[in-house]
Amino acid sequence: MTTPAPALPTQPAMAAPPHPLREFWTYFSANKGAVIGLWTIVVVLLLALFADFIAPHSPYVTDPNAFLKPPAWQEGGSWKFPLGTDAIGRDIFSRLIHGARLSLAIGVSVVALSIVVGIVLGLIAGFARGITEIAIMRAMDIMLTMPSLLLAIVIVAVLGPGLMNAMLAVAIVVLPHYVRITRAAVISELSKDYVTAARVGGAGTLRMMFKEVLPNCTAPLIVQASLGVSTAILDAAALGFLGLGAQPPSPEWGTMLADAREFVTRAWWVVTFPGLAILVTVLAFNLLGDGLRDALDPKLKR
Amino acid sequence: MIRFILTRLSLIIPTFLGLTLLAFVLIRLVPGDPIETLAGERGIDPARHEQLRKEYGLDKPLLVQYGIYLSRLVQGDLGKSIITHESVIGEFRSLFPATIELAVCAILFALIIGLPAGMIAAVKRNSIFDHGVMAASLTGYSMPIFWWGLLLILLFSVQLGITPVSGRLAAQYYIEPVTGFLLIDALLSDEKGAFGSALSHIVLPAIVLGTVPLAVVARMTRSAMLEVLGEDYIRTARAKGLPAWRVVAVHAFRNALIPVITVIGLQVGSLFTGAILTETIFSWPGVGKWLIEAISRRDYPVLQGGALLLGAVVMSVNLLVDVLYGLINPRIRHTK
Repeated sequence: MTTPAPALPTQPAMAAPPHPLREFWTYFSANKGAVIGLWTIVVVLLLALFADFIAPHSPYVTDPNAFLKPPAWQEGGSWKFPLGTDAIGRDIFSRLIHGARLSLAIGVSVVALSIVVGIVLGLIAGFARGITEIAIMRAMDIMLTMPSLLLAIVIVAVLGPGLMNAMLAVAIVVLPHYVRITRAAVISELSKDYVTAARVGGAGTLRMMFKEVLPNCTAPLIVQASLGVSTAILDAAALGFLGLGAQPPSPEWGTMLADAREFVTRAWWVVTFPGLAILVTVLAFNLLGDGLRDALDPKLKR
Repeated sequence: MIRFILTRLSLIIPTFLGLTLLAFVLIRLVPGDPIETLAGERGIDPARHEQLRKEYGLDKPLLVQYGIYLSRLVQGDLGKSIITHESVIGEFRSLFPATIELAVCAILFALIIGLPAGMIAAVKRNSIFDHGVMAASLTGYSMPIFWWGLLLILLFSVQLGITPVSGRLAAQYYIEPVTGFLLIDALLSDEKGAFGSALSHIVLPAIVLGTVPLAVVARMTRSAMLEVLGEDYIRTARAKGLPAWRVVAVHAFRNALIPVITVIGLQVGSLFTGAILTETIFSWPGVGKWLIEAISRRDYPVLQGGALLLGAVVMSVNLLVDVLYGLINPRIRHTK
């Protein structure tokens, strides 16, 4: 590392480097897909936050006069139910909006849980080395051997079906990724001079872990977290679809699809819209994650 | 080479032991006593309960129980289904070919479309085709396949009436299982039309299961090709005056295949995961549907044994890919 040369009076243009956030945004916004993804997430987030005001109906109230009504633009539909109703007369549009709240909550809490546990285990593995490291990493390898959804299914089957257990299962399943990333980043950071300097300065292990090393490992973790939200939403929806996640009448998108399965021959709209909602949201988070990786990964920069 | 294979094998053994431990512990976390689960809602009198506990070895310490479990496992005994009283390994063996058949068709679908698409996208970099492939691939990667399956049923089975909705074969045919792979068995038998029926049944499930691998293969082929196309030997081949297609299809493609093969190998795990969803949607009689049904019937021996067997299969395939990779690429073999 060379220290930046003191600004010479002959080079006034080089004086101030751009603020890191500004620099980040320059790289991030160059990726059109990432910006689209970000805006989509903002819209879904707003829908989720203000679901009570935006949704025209309650997601649970059934209307006995409107079973399987088609969407508004189709014959027999009305603007009272913009995307039609399901088999027991609930407004699909309202259920989707309330489902956005659930899906985002699932994605964020699963990632939060697995990232916190993953960081702690990864820090321990990276700092301790030796037998502790081998034990932790071997356990993670075993978990990675099992196909992720299969492991999640077994965990939920054991714990019992339900949204909380499904979230817990998905969080456990994605844990190894965070442990591996943290450990790898920690090990590469530990060989750097500032770590030696901090150690010489008398920093304790905990301070070294959280104050010195961890802040320098955040870039890969942020990228993985963004991609992790999409995996979490997808896996939780798959569990819901298999009847192992959120239980009816919850407006979770996967559960809605499971309810709609038997009406696939009669009412295309009950099947189409919940899946579209999952696809758009997952796609948005994947686009965002790709954009973040391009903007944060120094290897690809410039 | 033998040393390389042996090292890989020695790494597999602790992983497999860990897998058995996981399967053993998880099943013991099930709330309630296994005997009561077995007895179901009818209940069971205390004397018989005690006798059964002894019979199943549940009165021994956990470590001893695990030992007994392992020694049975080594002898190929994975217990019996609570519902059908068939051995778990026997049921798995009779259902697994259906899953393999589906998985192979899915991978073929992914390769037949993914390899050329990725290649053309790389050669015509930044063209509309390239952007289209990348967008489609990201969409495929984000696809909830259980919904994708329903959409395809909606379009091809309900609207157009081209393909059947579920199962492996139309009811009027009966094929004596020889290999267990219906497409092959149907060809071997003299039933006319059976092969066509089997084919029309497998098309939609194979597309659904192949969608995520297709996205991954197309993406990987494109980036591997882009990397290879910048190499010196490609310039040399062009300078020699070889036709452009030959440079791309032979010189570049062969070298781009290595990372693609690795990625395909890594897809096998998620392929079995996807099979669980795909088989459920299409009522495909394979191990995925079997596992899901075991959950709803609380058939824990099947769940435990089936998950362990699937995990073991995925592990073996990963090992095989590792070894193959070492065969293709000597550089891997000799690095630690």
